[in-house]
This record gives sequence, C-alpha cells and structure tokens, in this order.
Amino acid sequence: MKHWWNSGEPWIWLTAASVTVSILAVVSLLLLIIWQGLGHFWPASVMEAEYQDHDGKITVLGEVRGEEVVPASRLQEMGIVVKGDLVTRYLLKTGNREILGMDFRWVLAENLQQQRYPKEVIVIERREWGNFYGYLQAVKEEGKVVSEGPEAWVELQTRLDRTLTLYEEIRNISKYDIGKVNHGLEQLRLVQRRLELNNDTDPAKQQQLADERVVLQARFEELNQQLANLYQAVNRDSFSAKVMDGRVVDISLANVVKVYRPNSLSGPEKLGFYVMKFWEFVSDEPREANTEGGIFPAIFGTVIMVLIMSVMVTPFGVIAAVYLHEYAKQNFLTRTIRVAVNNLAGIPSIVYGVFGLGFFVYFIGAKIDLWFFPEALPAPTFGTPGLLWASITLALLTLPVVIVSTEEGLARIPKSIREGSLALGATKAETLWRTVIPMASPAIMTGLILAIARAAGEVAPLMLVGVVKLAPALAIDNNTPFLHLDRKFMHLGFHIYDVGFQSPNVEAGRPLVYATAFLLVTVIVVLNLAAIWIRNQLREKYKALETA
Amino acid sequence: MKTTSSIVSILNDPIIIRRRHWRMLKDKLAKHAMTIGGISIIFCILLIFFYLLYVVWPLLLPAQMQVLHTLKVPAPTAGETVFLATEEQGEIGVRFTSKGHAVFFSLKNGAIISDNALAPAEATVTSFAAADPAGSVVAFGLNDGRMIVVKRVFDVSYPKNVRVIAPRLEYPLGKDPLRVDDHGKALTRLGVQVGEETHTVAAVTEDNRLVVTQLKKESSFLEESETLQRSSGELSLQQSQITHLRLEKEQRRLYMADQEGYIWQVSLQESTAPQIVHQVRVVGPQDQITSLEFLTEDISLLVGDSQGHITQWFLKRDANNNQILTKVREFDGQKAAITAIAPEERRKSFAAADKTGQVGIYHTTANRTVLITSASDSAIPQMVFAPRGNLLLVEDDAGNVLTWKVRNDHPEVSWSGLWQKVWYENYENPEYIWQSSASTNDFEPKFSLMPLAFGTLKAAFYAMLIAVPIAVLGAIYTAYFMAPRMRKIVKPTIEIMAALPTVVLGFLAGLWLAPAMEDYLVGMFTLLIGLPIGVLCFAVMWHYLPKGIRYHIPGGWEAALLIPVILFISWLSITLSHPLEVWLFGGNIRHWITTELGMRFDQRNALVVGIAMGMAVIPNIFSISEDAVFSVPKHLTVGSLALGATPWQTMTRVVILTASPGIFSAVMIGMGRAVGETMIVLMATGNTPVMEWNVFEGLRTLAANIAVEMPEAEVNSTHFRILFLSGLVLFIFTFFFNTLAEVVRQRLRRKYSSL
Repeated sequence: MKHWWNSGEPWIWLTAASVTVSILAVVSLLLLIIWQGLGHFWPASVMEAEYQDHDGKITVLGEVRGEEVVPASRLQEMGIVVKGDLVTRYLLKTGNREILGMDFRWVLAENLQQQRYPKEVIVIERREWGNFYGYLQAVKEEGKVVSEGPEAWVELQTRLDRTLTLYEEIRNISKYDIGKVNHGLEQLRLVQRRLELNNDTDPAKQQQLADERVVLQARFEELNQQLANLYQAVNRDSFSAKVMDGRVVDISLANVVKVYRPNSLSGPEKLGFYVMKFWEFVSDEPREANTEGGIFPAIFGTVIMVLIMSVMVTPFGVIAAVYLHEYAKQNFLTRTIRVAVNNLAGIPSIVYGVFGLGFFVYFIGAKIDLWFFPEALPAPTFGTPGLLWASITLALLTLPVVIVSTEEGLARIPKSIREGSLALGATKAETLWRTVIPMASPAIMTGLILAIARAAGEVAPLMLVGVVKLAPALAIDNNTPFLHLDRKFMHLGFHIYDVGFQSPNVEAGRPLVYATAFLLVTVIVVLNLAAIWIRNQLREKYKALETA
Repeated sequence: MKTTSSIVSILNDPIIIRRRHWRMLKDKLAKHAMTIGGISIIFCILLIFFYLLYVVWPLLLPAQMQVLHTLKVPAPTAGETVFLATEEQGEIGVRFTSKGHAVFFSLKNGAIISDNALAPAEATVTSFAAADPAGSVVAFGLNDGRMIVVKRVFDVSYPKNVRVIAPRLEYPLGKDPLRVDDHGKALTRLGVQVGEETHTVAAVTEDNRLVVTQLKKESSFLEESETLQRSSGELSLQQSQITHLRLEKEQRRLYMADQEGYIWQVSLQESTAPQIVHQVRVVGPQDQITSLEFLTEDISLLVGDSQGHITQWFLKRDANNNQILTKVREFDGQKAAITAIAPEERRKSFAAADKTGQVGIYHTTANRTVLITSASDSAIPQMVFAPRGNLLLVEDDAGNVLTWKVRNDHPEVSWSGLWQKVWYENYENPEYIWQSSASTNDFEPKFSLMPLAFGTLKAAFYAMLIAVPIAVLGAIYTAYFMAPRMRKIVKPTIEIMAALPTVVLGFLAGLWLAPAMEDYLVGMFTLLIGLPIGVLCFAVMWHYLPKGIRYHIPGGWEAALLIPVILFISWLSITLSHPLEVWLFGGNIRHWITTELGMRFDQRNALVVGIAMGMAVIPNIFSISEDAVFSVPKHLTVGSLALGATPWQTMTRVVILTASPGIFSAVMIGMGRAVGETMIVLMATGNTPVMEWNVFEGLRTLAANIAVEMPEAEVNSTHFRILFLSGLVLFIFTFFFNTLAEVVRQRLRRKYSSL
C-alpha cells in the first residue's frame, strides 16, 4: 500500500478524474440543452385535480412543468405550513393569465387528489395573454351561439381555419403592402428634404413629388379600407369556454393561433404535432415579448450578419496569412505581427464592441450620414448601430481565426510543390494563385467555418453595435435597395439573453430559451465538427503527399 | 545555334515581352497587396488601441479659459455690483447693485439694455441675497426692515429664425416691499429661498437679531385664490458679528459665518423658533472666513479663508446622532484671500477668485484642481458661472467686467476619484462606489472603478480556482498517460467545449445552475469533498483487484473507468443533499449562512460565475497545456523511465518542469479570457458593484458594466469616456497577459527544437 502510494499512482487517478469531470460536464451540458430544448414542443398532457389550498379546496387544471423535493423549512419561510421534513411539489402551468393573474403555480403533491386527464380539455395558444386551458362550451358567430356540445369542437376547427386565413391576409397587407407605401412616402419626404437642402425650388419637381404623394396616399386609404373590412370579418367568430374555477369566458377567434386537445392525441398525432410545433418555432415570428411563437427573425438576422461578415473576413484573413507565410521575411516584424494576431484573438469581445460603437458607428457612421444622407438628419442612417457595423466588428473579431488557420494550411503544403511551379517559370503570384491557394483552400474553409461558428455565438459586442430585442423589419425586403445594411437586426444569442433575463415573464419564456439555445448550440457544434473533419482530411492528404 | 536563336527570337517577340512585363507587374502588384494586407493587421491593433485612447484622452486634459469680452462696468452710477448673473446662452448679463438697481447689459459690447431701480424711494438698500440659481430669484434687504424680491426672466423668441433674448423682471412675491422684521430695523445680512409652496427669508438686523420669516401658500377652495400665510421667529445673536448668511434651498437650515471664523448651523425645523444647533471653527486661528457659498444642491458648504484655502464641509452624523459640519476636503491651490466662490449650477465644480486676481477651477468629488490662472491684475469681488458652466463672468476691482470662455468638459475625473476612496455627499465615510446615474437631479455621479476592477478580479479568481486544477491536471493526464485511442475522442470533445457560445453558458448558469445550486448547496460541497475521496477509494480497490481483471483493461483507460464512479458520487451527493441539509443545517442552509456565518447570500453569486466561467476557460487552458506537455521530447521521458523512475516521478520531475512555461502561458491566456468574459458574468451575477470576497455574493465586472451601461451613456459625456477607459483597461490588461504568454511559448518552442 505504501509502495503504491509512493509510486504516485493515486495522483494519476486524480488527474484521470479531472479529465472525466471535464468530459462529463460537457456531455451533461449538451444533454441538458437537448433535453430541455427539444422537450418543449411535445404536447404535454393536461392534468385536472382537486387541490387543498390554504384557503380551501379548488380544482386545478394545467400542465406539470416541473417537480422538486424541498426541505419543509424552506417552504415555511415562505409562509406555507407543511408536515414532515421534505416535501414534493409540482410546478403547474395553469395558463389563463388574464383570469388567474399568473401562468404558473407551485402545488404540493400531498394536497393533490383525484388526478385525472380528461380527453376534452382544450389548450389554446393565443396572440396575447399566453396559453388558455379549459373546456369548450359553445361556438358563437356575432355573439350568437351556432354550435354547442360535442359538435362545437368540429365547428371550432373550421371557423378557426377561416379566421387564420383572414389573419394571414391582414398580416400580408399591413406588413408588405402598407410597408411599401410607407417606404415610398418616406422616400418622397427625403427627396423633398434633399431638394430643400440644395435650395432647389424647381416647381416641376415639387409638382411631381406632390403627384406621387397623392397616388401613395390614395393607395394607403384603399389598403386601410381593406384592412378595416378584414378586421371586421376576423372578429366575427368567438367561442366560450369554462376555466378551472368554473367561470365561463368568451374568447375571440381572432386571438387564437392554435387549438388542440392534448389528452386525446394519439402517439403519431403527438409526433405530428411535435414536428409542426418545431417547424413553427423556426419559421414563425415571435409573439408576446418574444416569449411565445417562433424565432425566425433571429435566425434570419444571425445568418445575414454572418454572411456579410464572411464576405469581409475571408479576403483580408487570407491576404494577411499569405503575406505572413509567403512574402514576409521571418524577422522581428513578422514575429511582432504574429504576436499581434494572437493578441487580437485574446482581446475581450466587449472591447471590440466598444471600439465598433465608437469608431464605426459614431465616427465613420456619423461622417457617412453627413456626406451621403444629410436629408435624413437629425435621424441617423448609418450613424446608429446596425447590421453593417455589427458585421464589420465581428469580421475584425474573427480575423485572427482565419489568419491562423490559413497560415497553418500554407505551412502544410510541401516546399517541393512551390519550387516545382517556380522552376517551370511561373512567377510567385502565379504559383500562389494557381497551386498554393487552391491546395490551401480546405484550410481557408476550416478557418472560415470556425470564424462563422465564433461569430454566430458572440453576443457581447453585438449588444453595442446593432442587435435589438425586436426588429420591426428584416434586413432584406421588397423595398429598394432590398438589402438594408443600416437596419438593426435580431440575433439568436441575444435572443437567449433577452428572453432569459430581460423579459417580464421569465418562467413562460424559459422553454423557448432552451430551444433557442439548442438550435444555436447545434449549429455551432455542427460547424465545429465540420471544421475538425476538414482539418483531419487535410492532414491525411498532405501526409500522403509528403511520403509520395 | 539556330535553335537557340529561334528561342531567343521568340522570347524577344514584342507580344511575349509585353506579356512578360504584364506578368511581372502582376507579381509585383500581388506582392505589394499582400504586404499591405499583412501590415494592416498591425494597423488594426494600433487602431483599436489608439482609438480607445483618443476617446479617453479628453479626460486627462486640463480645463482651458480664454477671455471673450472685456467691458467697463456698465452704468457705474447705479452703484457697486453686489451680484452678477447671465442666462443660458451667455449673451446678456445682469448686474444687481448696492443701490438696488438691476442693470441688464449685452456681454458682447457692454450696451445697457435696461436699468431698473427696484428700491422704493423712501428706503435704502442695506443687504442682498441670491436664492438657488435655478430659480433666478434675488432679494434686497432695506433699512426699514422690509425687502424686495425679484426674479430675472429672459424671454427667448425666434422672429425670422434669429434668436432674440429679451430680459425682464418679475416680482414673485408682489411688487410691494415685504415686511421681514417686525421692529423695522435695517437688515444687514439676508438669505432668501422661494419654493413651490413655501418661501423663507432669514435676515440679521442692525441690532443683531436673526429674524426668520416663512410664507406658506394657502389656497382656499371657495375663492380659488391663494394667500400667503406668514409666520416668523427670531433669535438674539448677542455680540457676534455675522459676515455671511446662507439659507439652503430645502429651507430647513441656514448657516452663518462670523468674524471669528465660526460657522453657525441654525435649524429652521420650527420656523417660529430658529435654533442654533452648533458652531464650528472652520479656519485657522489667525484667519477669517472671507467667502461662503453652497456647492450646487446646497448639501456642501464651500469656505474660502484669508489664507487662500478653500474647504468643503457637510453634515455628518456623530456618535450622538447629531448632524455636525465636518470638513471633507481642502483645496490649497491659491495663496491670497479668497474673495469670491462661484459654484457651477449643474456639476460639482466651482471657481474661486482671490485678492490677487487669480482664478482657480476645482471639482469637489474628484478632489481635483482643474485649472489655476490669472484672470485679472486686481482683486475679484464678483464672479459667476453661466448656467451651462461654459462662461465665467468676472468683475474686478479695476472696474472691468470680463467674460471668460471656459472649456471644462470632464472635471469629474481624476486618478484619486477613479481608484481611491472618495467621500461623497451624504455619506458617512469615504468609500469606493460606482453609481453612474440616478433618477434624481441632485445627484453626484460616483465613478470609482475600484468595485468594478475588484469584481473583475474576483470573478477571474474563482474561475481560475476551478479551471486551473481541472484543466492542467486533465491536460497532463491526456497528454502523458491516456491511451491514444481515447485521446482521439477526448481532445475534440474539449475543443467543442471551447466553441460553446458563452451566452449559452451564461444562460444555463443564471437560469439553471444558480437556482439548482441554491437548492442543492450542501450537495455541491459534499461533491467537492467526496469526489477526490471517492476516486482515491476506487483507485485503492482497483489496486487490490485480482490481476486477471486488472490486466484485462490496458493502462491509459483510467478516465473511462472513472465515469461510473463519478456519476455515482454525483448522484449520491444530490440525493443526500436535502436530508443532510435537514440534519445539519435545520433544513435551510441559506438561513444558516446568513445568520451563523454572517454572510450575505445571493442566488447569482461568485461561485456560480466561477463554475460557469471555469467551464469556459477550461478548454483554453487544457488545449495549450496539453500541447506543451505532449511536445516534451520523448527521449527525456524515456531516459527517466529507463533510470527506474515511476511514471509519476517522471511526470513531476521531468515533464512538468520542461513544460512549465507552456502551462504558465496557458494559465495566462485563460486569465485573459476570464477577465474579459462578458456574457457569463452579465447573466450569472446580480451585477451589483460591491467589494466583498464573499463567495455567495454577486459582483460586477468591467466588461459587464460596459455591456450594461454603454447603450445608455450619452455620447462624449464623462460617463461615456469612462466606459471607454474601462475598455482600454481591459485591452491593456489582456494585451499584457497575452503577449507574456506568447513570448514564453515562443521561447519554449525554441528550447524544444534545440533539445
């Protein structure tokens, strides 16, 4: 034993344990995100039970969202009297925020009785006030009952389809058509302002502007009329439903996104529902201060920002790496540049944000506004955080990643290949362009992928240079110039921060945050795995070249 | 020969030559383009550094003053100036005189706009008082115990897009003189404040009484009119000779200075019975008080003495819970008797003029003498700041009115203000505080970077405490003991960990780990202790297992064997957490920590940050130290083993020693990352800028502070520049650590290649 101890064997076990701990931490972290992120879309069964509250017996109706065992004294601190040392309690999502005042409540397991899962419970996802749980009573048109009892469910479905179609139409008109008119009016205002600034009082131009304005105004009136009609149509139907405390409430179908009966769904139906919910999550717009609905704008914003960043970072990164590896003499200057590149990678990202805000937004952006967009002032065009500045800031941030990876790729190309090309009479530039860079392209690709992964996950600098919690319009739309680099945008990472920490109803938004985190982590892990795979392929390839 | 010449002739073909030139040109162009691209990387770094410095630089600049206009005193026959004032734009000045006139004049050319005689013909002016500058009210005390209150008003209009400012006078308390002293004695010192509901007048009479009169607005519902309810009280001052009287704008107390150098604090809690609370000597034994003013917001008193010292005093509670005037700081920039003090209206700055015509500009919070310059050749009895603090109006004894332009953008910042304890107004003691904005107006911004720097180091310390042992030990095992096949899986897994977005780590830390840890705190600690013990127990068991089983698994797979062990220990800790809590801590460890240990407990605390940020830093430290250990030349280790050392002995005596610079640089890089990490800290702490090492308390780091406050900071304000300064501090800090790490690594690489 003593010998064993002296040989240092225990220490080896301890070092092994630290590897195990790190690996387990990573794996359990990923599993946690996957479990919580994917679980959210599953249609949970709705439980009904009698609950002995401190003010008497009530019926509760809701989804069980969590379960925990807590020491009784901790509950007593909150003024809840319980027996025993440890108690089990459930987190129940009861929804019906406008009626009950809260979405969630903790219930003690021991006070729950007669738990049951009635088939006819309906869950309604609404445009405001969160989910509704209850029993369908009757479907109404213009306030008059048209269907009651079991048939009401079928009637509700058909009427909901009609309402949703109308709602989609409303959305299209108010978002695209009216958006286009507003954009046109704004452009006219800017043109007029520009004429004023240039002291151009040509009556012909003024007249033309006025004419165009009249046309747009007319179009606007027309669309507004259409909208008014649609709104009237959409508000036609409603239904009444009973909530858990026995009250019956009326809900307009215009407020309904989806109705389903989770307890009567079969396995495959649940699966179908799950897929549909997931699709809705990635393709829909957020509702209710981002705590419900989808995250499409955030995905879109992240993708477009990363694309613009890639366009900028790749050429610069490659040029810098080629210079360092192919052109520069290996002297003090190159060593300094290498240290500088490594430093650039080590600077905290928030410092890039500060720099981007000060230099790009307030310095360059303000100058651009002064020279090119004076008509819009004092409202800033580029002198405010936006997509362009966010992309440039992140390009600067990810530059070292591309440089290091490209240089590594260049270093792996055997000298014989360069020398062969030079011996055949090619100039250095031709050698680079025709042989070296094509061979290094997988390495460049690796660098780019890593840069994208880094940029997609970075949030701190973006908070300063252009990300917002809710962007009214996407960066690409059907108004000239189609790509709006000056717009603010939404971002997956910031979405996580915002919904998880800034939203008024954290508990309701939490599953969505997990789902968003799952999406983000999946994208980043896949990108990284791709980069690792390409790098390994590359190594194999050059090993073959070197031995050949 | 023929073939050669044909080749030569082909090569000399003009087209070929042109093409060759073109190719050479392209080659050259490419070379220059690449060089420019490479150098621009350095340029980027320099740009970031110099741009941050460029924004921060104005904080370090001293103030500047230059004369805009010099005038002869306008309308000298109207009497001597007792008070000067100007309006927002600094175009029109007004001079209140000892004969009770108000003379409005243009500051540009001295043209008199209007000269208003305010005192009634039957009385003479004996004293003067200015109320809070925001209200623009002044009062003249008369020799018959009455006074006149006037308000200066500047009407701004824009006919034809040109700004026109028209001055006029208003009488907020009526045009007729108001009775102050019921005995009708002359008022020799006067103080006045006009409020929304209540107006207070305090005066010293020629027969040495302090008279206080309060006017309360009473509105009657029936007549819908307002009447002023008058109440008054008085106090005998015996033989004291009062030189200054200052009434604070809250109208609850007043201060008087006497000939002997004492300041009297008088409470007006009961307006009918003013009461002397205490007297305190504020100047040296031989000196007199020559000037007494409130700092803006009337919390602090500024005292100028005959030696040129300026001291700041405010009320502090003493042991008996009495509020006593206490000296807070002193400015010794000037050498001659202080003749005038002009506080700025919106910042805690003030200017002081002395007998020799010197003017000093100071900032109290920053304890900073911003500028001392000579403004005149003779003494300066009157001086005032324009409301925006950009102009200083000075009248000297030679009969000149000078308008000085003052550029004093950032007086709030000084080395001592940023990094040392500062005694803020209404605080009991000097403290480190970061509080950049508040909802109220009467607010002293508190820009101490110490709590933020402390929070940064605290977060980094706890993160390193968790990350360094795990990462370095793990790296040693992975590089030296682990089976190659397993290493192929472990390394990429940890690389993936490095790629995890910090916002996800922060979110999990804040919303999952923090509540979970609060719930299972006991389990956390048992896990911390139980893990090494459990692992060692398993190692012993493994050692005594029959060889048949032991040799079944080759060496280098210990880490995999430990997976079930560690999972079991974790499960056990979590399961036992609540029963143990009930058994040891009465079921509520939070309560126990607060009452028994006397430590505050926040849900989002430094321990959560330490674990979350540790997770973020582990892969960085791991992969660099793993590289360092792995690239230790094989012949060194093989030699050591051949000489009979055990693997662990080889590890500690040979491998670690050789690789230590690499491990050091790994730790440095991890440190740099921990210091600058933003999202994790932002989400996993409460972001409270406190200075406590307590593990269970929150913190705020420099980086998180930037993220929180930068979007709200007004561009180019002091706050904005200080946030840039903290960015610059982070930049320099990480630059230093990274460069150090890089230099060490390059040395190590050279050493290895020579071995």
